[in-house]
Amino acid sequence: MSTIENQTPETGTARVKRGMAEQLKGGVIMDVVTPEQAKIAEDAGAVAVMALERVPADIRKDGGVARMSDPDMIEGIIEAVSIPVMAKSRIGHFVEAQVLQSLGVDYIDESEVLTPADEVNHSDKWAFTTPFVCGATNLGEALRRIAEGAAMIRSKGEAGTGNVVEAVRHLRQIKNEIARLRGYDNNELYAAAKELRAPYELVKEVAELGKLPVVLFSAGGVATPADAALMRQLGAEGVFVGSGIFKSGDPAKRAAAIVKATTFYDDPKIIADASRNLGEAMVGINCDTLPETERYANRGW
Amino acid sequence: MTDAPVIGVLALQGDVREHLIALAAADAVARPVRRPEELAEVDGLVIPGGESTTISKLAVLFGVMEPLRARVHAGMPVYGTCAGMIMLADKILDPRSGQETVGGIDMIVRRNAFGRQNESFEAAVDVRGIDGHPVEGVFIRAPWVESVGAGAEVLAEHGGHIVAVRQGNALATSFHPELTGDHRVHSLFVDMVHANRATES
Repeated sequence: MSTIENQTPETGTARVKRGMAEQLKGGVIMDVVTPEQAKIAEDAGAVAVMALERVPADIRKDGGVARMSDPDMIEGIIEAVSIPVMAKSRIGHFVEAQVLQSLGVDYIDESEVLTPADEVNHSDKWAFTTPFVCGATNLGEALRRIAEGAAMIRSKGEAGTGNVVEAVRHLRQIKNEIARLRGYDNNELYAAAKELRAPYELVKEVAELGKLPVVLFSAGGVATPADAALMRQLGAEGVFVGSGIFKSGDPAKRAAAIVKATTFYDDPKIIADASRNLGEAMVGINCDTLPETERYANRGW
Repeated sequence: MTDAPVIGVLALQGDVREHLIALAAADAVARPVRRPEELAEVDGLVIPGGESTTISKLAVLFGVMEPLRARVHAGMPVYGTCAGMIMLADKILDPRSGQETVGGIDMIVRRNAFGRQNESFEAAVDVRGIDGHPVEGVFIRAPWVESVGAGAEVLAEHGGHIVAVRQGNALATSFHPELTGDHRVHSLFVDMVHANRATES
């Protein structure tokens, strides 16, 4: 028989935070701005929705400061669906994160898509019961976020562009750096930690595992079923799709098609079928004409 | 090694990798299953944790649901964790519109019964049939079993709610042994697959 002490449930442990992300693997997380969109996403087979006021493409267009969404709007989406609901806080804005936790969101995205609130520090994510996902462009950035308590990482890409090129760059960068660590001996790992500006213990763990100690998704520019399958073949364990769905001609159909292609990412026939007659994709932006100051991926440190 | 049973993990969505690792550690040959023809080749199947609505939709869409029901009905050993438990329930208390299950266990489940992610927790659980110390139960937006029929055996409870059930060759837990590194529940399931093969041959 177990002791009474053992039977006291413990919430907010690293295992339940990271384990939650494990349950999302192989799935698609979709940006939604209304309860109706959330239902469309759920019906299409999304594993979670990201509740926000404006999709990244509109944040780009509107300019100005982008902040946490209205609690009423987030609660409306929580009420509308049974799948997990995520929401975004600004980088370093731990009070927005406290508010999101109090609303009962299932995951907080400390996101570069919103305007950063602190240009030096990210939020201390260990201080929360609600788990966090954070963006990264390289391994060092990913490990710094994990050191701060992130329970899930997404490669950043360039949100709101409908252009997958930056998502590919960042995921390849992270995977290549992990592969390089695998070849290092113990002596080299100390210098590697210094170069990566990440804690030695995490660097050592990644070298041993050959992967991050948390789930790795891809984000920022996925607009088609083939884009989603590409990111999966490159090693992403799932995908975030932001503007790509609800900025397209037929969101319900495109959403379902991206879900299919994410599960059967290695089967070109299924991806071909999923890609048929989807209507207009979002227009998209060429990232090489995007000024440095408008690159969200540069936010975060 | 020819004796090792082949056990599939339904790989439409969810924590497939962790189940593959746990099954291999419990001396089974583990492989992902996404298609009807892959299902036909396994001696038993694990339905992993994930989003039950997503898994259910994809199973119907890709023609796995009907063959899976047929095999479970015919007695193929099957083990479901969390979303997998929901898939094995004959009835869901609060299904989303059109959400189908495989069935196999005469029970009614309540989805996300323990709450949202902020209420997700770890607790020690005594599981009937698992010797030694209690199992580390990792409950993530977990379901519980509201009630079971006469044919289903309750294997564990937490806080007065049923969290593990077995009926014949079907096993289900609300929690995730695959996330703990303790493979005793998977060993129990591998033993069920061995026993089933012995009766079939």
